Amino acid sequence: MVPLSYYLVLSGILFACGVAGFLIKRNIITIFMSIELMLNGVNLSFVAFAVHWHALAGQIFVFFVMVVAAAEAAVGLAIIIAVYRTRETLNVDQVNLLKL
Amino acid sequence: MLSLHLILFLAFGAVCVAGAVNLLAQTHPINSALSLIAVMAALAGEYLLLGAEFVAAVQVIVYAGAIMVLFVFTIMLLNAGVEEHTKGSRVAIVIGVPGLLIGSVLLAWVVLHRSGTEAVAMGALPGDPRTIGQLLFHDFLLPFEVTSVLILIAIMGAVVLASKPEAIQKRKEH
Amino acid sequence: MNHPLHLWLIPLLPLAGAAINGFFGKKASRQGVSAVALLGSGAAFAMAFFVAVRFSSLSLPYQEVFAHWIRSGNFSVDFAFYLDQLSLVMLLVVTGVGFLIHVYSVGYMWEDPSFYRFFAYLNLFMFFMLTLVLASNYLLMFIGWEGVGLASYLLIGFWFTKDSAASAGKKAFIVNRIGDFGFLIGLFLLIQHFGSLNFQRVFEMVRPLPAETSGAGLLTAIGILLMVGACGKSAQIPLYVWLPDAMEGPTPVSALIHAATMVTAGVYMISRSHVIFERAPIALTAVAIIGTLTAFFAATIGVAQTDIKKVLAYSTVSQLGYMFMACGVGAFSAGIFHLMTHAFFKGLLFLAAGSVIHGVGSEQDMRKMGGLRSYMPWTFLTMGIATLAIAGIPPLAGFWSKDEILWKVYSQGSWVFWLIGVITALITSFYMFRLMYMTFAGDYRGQDEHELVVAGRAHGHDAHGLPHESPAVMLVPLIILAVLSLVGGLVGIGDRFEHFLAPVFEQSVPLSAAAEASSAIAETGGRGTEWLLMGISVTLAFLGWYLAYLLYSKKPELPQKIAGALGGFYNAVVHKYYIDELYAAVFIKPLIDGSTRILWHGVDQGIIDAVVNESAEGARHVSDEVRHMQSGNLRSYAGWIAAGAAAVIAYMIWIWVKA
Repeated sequence: MVPLSYYLVLSGILFACGVAGFLIKRNIITIFMSIELMLNGVNLSFVAFAVHWHALAGQIFVFFVMVVAAAEAAVGLAIIIAVYRTRETLNVDQVNLLKL
Repeated sequence: MLSLHLILFLAFGAVCVAGAVNLLAQTHPINSALSLIAVMAALAGEYLLLGAEFVAAVQVIVYAGAIMVLFVFTIMLLNAGVEEHTKGSRVAIVIGVPGLLIGSVLLAWVVLHRSGTEAVAMGALPGDPRTIGQLLFHDFLLPFEVTSVLILIAIMGAVVLASKPEAIQKRKEH
Repeated sequence: MNHPLHLWLIPLLPLAGAAINGFFGKKASRQGVSAVALLGSGAAFAMAFFVAVRFSSLSLPYQEVFAHWIRSGNFSVDFAFYLDQLSLVMLLVVTGVGFLIHVYSVGYMWEDPSFYRFFAYLNLFMFFMLTLVLASNYLLMFIGWEGVGLASYLLIGFWFTKDSAASAGKKAFIVNRIGDFGFLIGLFLLIQHFGSLNFQRVFEMVRPLPAETSGAGLLTAIGILLMVGACGKSAQIPLYVWLPDAMEGPTPVSALIHAATMVTAGVYMISRSHVIFERAPIALTAVAIIGTLTAFFAATIGVAQTDIKKVLAYSTVSQLGYMFMACGVGAFSAGIFHLMTHAFFKGLLFLAAGSVIHGVGSEQDMRKMGGLRSYMPWTFLTMGIATLAIAGIPPLAGFWSKDEILWKVYSQGSWVFWLIGVITALITSFYMFRLMYMTFAGDYRGQDEHELVVAGRAHGHDAHGLPHESPAVMLVPLIILAVLSLVGGLVGIGDRFEHFLAPVFEQSVPLSAAAEASSAIAETGGRGTEWLLMGISVTLAFLGWYLAYLLYSKKPELPQKIAGALGGFYNAVVHKYYIDELYAAVFIKPLIDGSTRILWHGVDQGIIDAVVNESAEGARHVSDEVRHMQSGNLRSYAGWIAAGAAAVIAYMIWIWVKA
């Protein structure tokens, strides 16, 4: 019998790793993957709580999160490709025109 | 109290964390992608432990099988190389990381402080397709339909965004 | 019950004339403009005459209320007109002399490009003056008071492209304003203590009050404040400095406004408020002292002036001093009598001076005149009559009124006032005849006659360029005023004028003990003393004439020698005792300096501008710093988001822990 808090801690660790990756990494694709990591961590906590509260809707929510993640990944990667065409770089620090 | 549940949980959990840390540590994006696949596989195992078989299956098929493949294809397409070391943003390191640490510590404190002896049984969740189907197509029908439209839009957007500019011109002339 | 006289027509007809000429005059012909203007003032005069004819059948005082104006709690003011003997006299003087001057101006201003504007302003002045005279409460009178100040400013600065004229207009208005300030405070005191500004109501409430013989009280304060206002308008010390400068305006303006009508508004106001003044002996004495000093002071300045209009200006200030003197000893009807005769002869003097100036081609310096008698006989004749009148030579008008004042001053006031008054009469006679001799006698000292004939177009009309007589349209008003100066004083014989005005000025408060004793002298010593004093003043008038004849006709080299002998004192007199310079140094310069340094540099630039500029600068600095947040760098954005999320989580946990 594993206490709920263990699952939550694991989920938190995954999420924190995702945020750290977002902050530290410079390659845009890697940053995207960190976002996916964050989403996975959240999914785990959803399912854990679904078990805890005996609410099956938690699983359905995970399902939808995955769908949205898929759509987002598709569009995001398309944008990366478009940006790569003009900028010739995957370094996020060099794509900084949105500023004052 | 060492039970099978706990051992399996710790095993899968170790793989998850190792994969996550490896994602951060690697410099070449393809290595990071492979680590992420490992994380997802281990997470599928965690879902099975919780009794959510359907979710586990979808995780492997969609996440690890489709999305990550998309990532790998893109890395191949763009010929991404090793990450360069550029002077980035000081703010991210100076403000972001401490923020992250503080947030994590606080959350951890809450979780450990609050939770008592509530335990999750192995395979406690009824994850059979019948129940899932009932929820998905009866109670949550609207979100289901909306997400399908969302996927359609995403597909169209992705096609337009990623296609070559001349290709769009040609299509317009037709 | 009175039949309605429609008094409202009297001021409104000139106002209509002003409006028509003001809006449409620019495109109209000179004949049209003159017709409208003359109609406006002439109709007012006709109405005044009509009122005079019906006067004896009216029950007085006659009031007409047109509309409510202010209704505020217990305080109320109406648009209403008031007619009694005093207003009738003022009405006839203003409209009569005003109409004559309008006629004269048609000729005088014919060449001026802004012909229509002149008549618009002149009619506007008539409107305001008539409102002042007919008003039944202090507030409406104050409207007229301010309005004539405005008209005076517009007309003094009529040729506004000339710097000196514009400055003179400003000076007149500003100095007047100072007097008006005192007037206003007096009105506020009236409102505060009597709750009304209506003449009848205020005087009703004041009448039962005792005279403030043992020190200053409320009525003294009101009296002195009203007197300050009158000093501003009637050019008494210390607010007379605007009147000589006002000669920058066209001569008909000087005649109408600064001789006959506007400057007399102060005297009228004091006479109207006699109920208050009679119960405030200190204020009354102040009026007398100021009047006497001004009369003497201005006369001494007039002696040394060389500009023909400036002599007349100082003469006006001096004569107004006489009127103030009369009011100051309680002889209000004598003051009004002199006001009337002064309007005749001073108006005539100014118009004749205008005729002279017109005839010699805009030259105003008397040293360049002389011998004009042969060129301008009619002007000479009429101006001579006016000079005799002002000098107080019987039986012309000036003699009757001035003598009445001197007698009343002696019997009701003090012999000191009389002495100064009679010396001033000597000086008056002297400088007026000096003016006559310098202008009309001897040889023409202007441009060489031969040169003028050769030059031809010396000043426009005359092909020869020599001095010439004025056209009939200018001469007829001169003649009418001359006749009035001749016979106008006869209404004073046998105290008929005084009796006419008696119902207005009836005294129900006992005069001070000294005044009672003096009037006792008047009763007993009476006729004899009166004849003696009359004799003295007439003798002095002739003496002044003789002195002028001596210095300016027989031995013209004497004035230079005397001036040389007097040296510094003479210089001071020529420069008007440097009063203008004194005011500039004591009042004007500190004011301008203070305004520049404190208000402009200190407050406006230093504080207000600084606040605005500094806040803009501050905003700029802040945004300069903050903009670095928008670096376009993805990771810094992410860093901020992480920090923000941590803050929110911390806050929520804190809330949770507290609960």
